[in-house]
Amino acid sequence: MEDETPTLAVEDLKTHFFTKLGVAEAVNGVSFTVKKGEVVGLVGESGSGKSVTGFSIIGLVDHPGRVVEGKILFKGEDLAQADDDRMRSLRGRRIAMIFQDPMMTLNPVLRIDTQMIEAVQAHEQVSEKEARETARDALVQVGIPSPDERLKSYPHQFSGGMRQRVAIATALLHKPDLIIADEPTTALDVTIQGQILHEVQKLCRETGMSLIWITHDLSVVAGLADRICVMYAGQIVERGEISDVLDHPLHPYTNGLIGSVPSHNRRGQPLAQIPGMTPSLLNLPEGCAFHPRCPRADGACFVQPQVTEPAKLGHEVRCVHPHLEQA
Amino acid sequence: MSVFIIRRLLQSVVVIWVMSLLVFGGVYLIGDPIDMLINPEADQEDIDAAIRALGLDKPIHEQYWFFLINALKGDLGSSFIFNEPALQLILARMPATMELAFASLFISIFFGIPLGMWAGLHPESIAGRSIMTGSILGFSLPSFWVGIMFIMFFAVILGVLPSGGRAETTEFLGMQVSFLSWDGLSHILLPAVNLALFKLSLVIRLSRAGTQEVIHQDYIKFARAKGVSEKRVILVHVLKNILIPVVTILGLEFGSVIAFAVVTETVFAWPGMGKLIIESIDQLDRPVIVAYLMIIVFMFIVINLVVDILYSVLDPRVRLQDVKA
Repeated sequence: MEDETPTLAVEDLKTHFFTKLGVAEAVNGVSFTVKKGEVVGLVGESGSGKSVTGFSIIGLVDHPGRVVEGKILFKGEDLAQADDDRMRSLRGRRIAMIFQDPMMTLNPVLRIDTQMIEAVQAHEQVSEKEARETARDALVQVGIPSPDERLKSYPHQFSGGMRQRVAIATALLHKPDLIIADEPTTALDVTIQGQILHEVQKLCRETGMSLIWITHDLSVVAGLADRICVMYAGQIVERGEISDVLDHPLHPYTNGLIGSVPSHNRRGQPLAQIPGMTPSLLNLPEGCAFHPRCPRADGACFVQPQVTEPAKLGHEVRCVHPHLEQA
Repeated sequence: MSVFIIRRLLQSVVVIWVMSLLVFGGVYLIGDPIDMLINPEADQEDIDAAIRALGLDKPIHEQYWFFLINALKGDLGSSFIFNEPALQLILARMPATMELAFASLFISIFFGIPLGMWAGLHPESIAGRSIMTGSILGFSLPSFWVGIMFIMFFAVILGVLPSGGRAETTEFLGMQVSFLSWDGLSHILLPAVNLALFKLSLVIRLSRAGTQEVIHQDYIKFARAKGVSEKRVILVHVLKNILIPVVTILGLEFGSVIAFAVVTETVFAWPGMGKLIIESIDQLDRPVIVAYLMIIVFMFIVINLVVDILYSVLDPRVRLQDVKA
């Protein structure tokens, strides 16, 4: 199985935004692969380029941004070179996306059935009746009770969690090979978040689809992902198996992220923080973009660090001073 | 729904009553119609007789009471000049005004929405910018001047369209209309465009602003992520959302189009209500002025009600039983 073409292989992806103030290098040389049936977590703060990476894959980067370099190999086909028609036929059929805010992903003036049936008919020449059946089955699959009635409702008649289920059901309509989930549980209550996570995990196992889970919340990916990529300022600074990265973080940024998660064990002690904030993409620091906030930075950090695997094969880090002693 | 409508109707009755007070009082203040109506050679006895005949010798509150009682019976008084019931006089002119108003509404919708959406989707393009510049002109040029320029250019210099008036009418669904013939269309074209200009600009700006707001919403991106064609994204997802403000504004504006067709009707000698009211004000024909204003108020109320109901059809989040007074 090792030589099988991965579902997705992103190679040196660069997506830049050409604004009036200058070029924002939102994604600047990102590479990762997603194998069949694998869940990959893409973790980072706001503005780290994780969402833009997702939108680049599905070909929906907003103006004035565009993919300027790199390959997005979806089952061997380079999506960065694909034309609009090809992308449209892949979107929703082979690659689907779930968005962050379920309150905003469904069109408020169209009924659920309209929005789901159009998604079916966008890729299959079927009658409205058949499309409705497909939509109904998808709602059942994500655990929505009385689906026939629900199909006739408008989005505002649903709760946030229900709407996200509808969005997930819509994404599942064509049994895609890859789902890109852009912080789909961030806007939800913890209990609902747990349900959705459980649901998605189950669906992944059942259907064998691959999943890219974009989030800023390490605790969410901890229980969900097989592998994890930590992004900072448009680059992947660390990636590897989920247990390697979380238990033995190499990059000071990953270490900081893990330290910022409140935990029962350290009750009463001050929560670790990463000082400062994410740099402006228009004005990135020289060398390693993290060095102004890094406790381990020195003169060597003014040079762009190379990716190394200092601790273990398959656990990569982009840092001159990785936390090796913990490994 | 029915509770909502009943409440609205009760509110409307109050509005109409208050309006009748204002209109009646206002017209009373304008001036004494006797000076205009009576032959200057007439002697005092004739004048007194005329005043009594018109009921103008009674104190104003009695006149108002008399007017109110008659109005409830559907009689808004008779024109001093034509000696015909004022209501009938106005209703006879109404189809012409309605035809003009609907023609300009049609132009505003069928040109305004596509142009505005185009400008919203391509804000940087030359066409998009030109549309927006044009809409500023439509807003700011005074409509009587544009009307006169239209006549000068199309009727006088080019000689392709008539300068004014309305063509022979034909019967259509029980109404007298003129737009069914080429001659009728050529007559209505200039006044309709003239009357539409302001609203066309308004619709363009609303549609553009709406499109630019909606196009960046997540649900548009989600629709694209589903693989829905760009055509359907624009014509269903975007259009249905921007229709909500457009319908509201157009509905409200439609009343004012009818009410203020006065200028266009005067410039193009269009035989509608607007022309009638100008003449009536000239001659202080009180009953016609009062009847006209009452009809306009009534029309505004009906239009607003229709807009509210339409609004709830377009926007599922507004269901009328939820509306609290």
